[in-house]
Amino acid sequence: MAASELDTRVRRGGFWSDTNRTGIASWIFSTDHKRIGLLYFYSTFGFFLVGVLLGLLLRIELMAPGRTIMGPQTYNALFTVHGVVMIFLFIIPGFQGSFGNLVMPIQIGARDVSFPRLNLFSWWIYMIGAVIVLTSLFTGGGPPDTGWTFYVPFSARTGTNVSLAVLGVFIIGFSSILTGLNFVTTIHRLRAAGMGWMRVPLFTWSLYATAWIQILATPILAITLVLVAAERMLGTGLFDPVQGGDPIMFQHLFWIYSHPAVYIMILPAMGVISDIIPVFSRKPIFGYKMIVFSTLAIAAAGSLVWGHHMFTSGMSDTAVLVFSFLTFIVAIPSAIKVFNWVTTLYKGSISLEAPMLFALSFILLFSIGGLSGLILGAAATDVHVHDTHFVVGHFHYVMFGGTGFAFFAAMHYWLPKFYGRRYAEKPALVGWALMFTGFNLMYFTMQVLGMKGMPRRYYDYLPEFATLNLVATVGSWILVTGLIIMLVNLFRGLWWGEPFAGNPWGGATLEWSTPTPPPTENFVEEPVVTHGPYDYKGSGIP
Amino acid sequence: MSHPPHKDYDGAKLGMWLFLFTELLLFGGMFLLYAVYLKRYPHEFAAGGKQLNWIMGSANTVILLTSSLCVAMSVTAIQRDEPRRAVALVAGTIICAAGFMTVKYFEWSAKIGHGIYPGSAHLKAGAPGESVFFSLYYMTTGIHGLHVLIGGALLGWIASRVNTGTVNAREFILLENGALYWHLVDLIWIFIFPLYYLVL
Repeated sequence: MAASELDTRVRRGGFWSDTNRTGIASWIFSTDHKRIGLLYFYSTFGFFLVGVLLGLLLRIELMAPGRTIMGPQTYNALFTVHGVVMIFLFIIPGFQGSFGNLVMPIQIGARDVSFPRLNLFSWWIYMIGAVIVLTSLFTGGGPPDTGWTFYVPFSARTGTNVSLAVLGVFIIGFSSILTGLNFVTTIHRLRAAGMGWMRVPLFTWSLYATAWIQILATPILAITLVLVAAERMLGTGLFDPVQGGDPIMFQHLFWIYSHPAVYIMILPAMGVISDIIPVFSRKPIFGYKMIVFSTLAIAAAGSLVWGHHMFTSGMSDTAVLVFSFLTFIVAIPSAIKVFNWVTTLYKGSISLEAPMLFALSFILLFSIGGLSGLILGAAATDVHVHDTHFVVGHFHYVMFGGTGFAFFAAMHYWLPKFYGRRYAEKPALVGWALMFTGFNLMYFTMQVLGMKGMPRRYYDYLPEFATLNLVATVGSWILVTGLIIMLVNLFRGLWWGEPFAGNPWGGATLEWSTPTPPPTENFVEEPVVTHGPYDYKGSGIP
Repeated sequence: MSHPPHKDYDGAKLGMWLFLFTELLLFGGMFLLYAVYLKRYPHEFAAGGKQLNWIMGSANTVILLTSSLCVAMSVTAIQRDEPRRAVALVAGTIICAAGFMTVKYFEWSAKIGHGIYPGSAHLKAGAPGESVFFSLYYMTTGIHGLHVLIGGALLGWIASRVNTGTVNAREFILLENGALYWHLVDLIWIFIFPLYYLVL
């Protein structure tokens, strides 16, 4: 085992062989942003697969009316854990931690992030938090059954292990804050000579905006969770009407974080798409400045719309109208991005390789998710579909069809760069096609179900919903089949596939100018930036 | 490593300031609750505020302001290459922190002795707004007290680094950032004090 591992390191070269530690210590104690990036990648992606498995079980339960494979309490626990794992363990830390760490310092021409040790510390805290969350599933009164939103008064009263889960999420929040402040500092201080703000690649821009949201929003979640724990352990009663508290205040505080948090999830995905589309269209990005502006606008406006989660909570009509209006404002910068991507494609020389296919499906799926979001953002229609499967479908279109597919795009686009080997193209296409088909079959059907009135978070339903639920479950099987094909192909390729060197995609951002895999300090010579990130002529790419 | 270790003091300070924002927002959540509940229960809040001991609150304000002065002077001392004075001044800050916690201890014990604590029978029997006021009071001052403890421990560790010379006249960013953190702890108290002890 040791010999083969050594063999791999020598064969790959770059940062893989440039270390004096061996074995696992060379990873979990390394301050190299690339190694930390891969640590984050494998830990977050591992949790993603756990979440997928739980989601699959939920779909099997809903395959037929009545009890199929589990009872109501198990179902409640499973959808809670599915949500907590996917949101707090995968999608929030995922992009920043893995591709943010892997790519961002190289994209700005830096040797590492500003605080490399803090970076490693973030991963450690993330892992500690994750272990605590997982422990909460198997100890105390059993896995939490509140849904990932931990709504009071139920979360303050349920006998399940909410306190420990909340502590785990609180700790993960620290990790998120530290990564955020590390990235903001890095992007401010460590850009290479010649890289003005208007030459920063769009993926890095998106990480910058995301990092600000992490810094400004996460503390609110932290204090909210502390207050829930105090509610449970000390009986503070701040959210308990009997003692004069107000449960709606919990919802406000929770969504002040958790709505901006969906932009933590989606903005880096949009950044990846903005980097991939021009490369595979062989055209500079259309409207660079507007994309930068819309990224910052989404981060800013997205912080003011949390109330649209609470239209049916009983808050004042004025608040409902204001939040509904603000929600529509966020649609504008999101649409600006979609138009810019589509315009970049126009008259481009498009090559449909795996990263591009995922990127294109992102545009479609995100648009469906975004437009269904407007139905939810309009107060009148929201009251109708609130807490139905329509919401579940909408959320998964944006988060899985959006961020998930962008994550897969990034895996195909960037991982070969760090492994020096690549996947085979044809199985990647098959995997993508299956996933795309299964995805739409599953989630579009869920949106239809929601419109017909099927509520979410119930393990049972009326017989009239049976056919569509079966269709959605079959969709989930197709989706997972595609996922397995994609992963087997990708990882087989990274270990044993064709060598990947130079700049095969033809990208003009700095990560394509370093050796493959990059050396520990990224660049042989300190780079001086002389052209924009999408200026293919200026960088001599045909 | 082929390059000398990277030192970026402006970057380190920027990172610290960003962290301080997150602390402000953490307390911001509780100030938000204070604002909303004050609007809902103005009389109960006023009655609750009168029960707090403003003399102890004022004493703690003076103590914390003094401690901030000490730590600021200690940064100046290290810049002037007077490490012994810097350590003495940081020690002054830590003594103030201990004094603050002692006053807090007596303040809390007196309240708890009167049966005023979250979930107590006394509060449950009273008006609902009073319970909200004291729960917020305990949560806010409790989390602030935790920050005083953390800040004191942090400064103690930094003082030991000044002692060994790792923090010195050329490399004092650690002390400077520790002082920034301490000023934040002080600053938050400057908001807590009037809101709970004076304006009600």
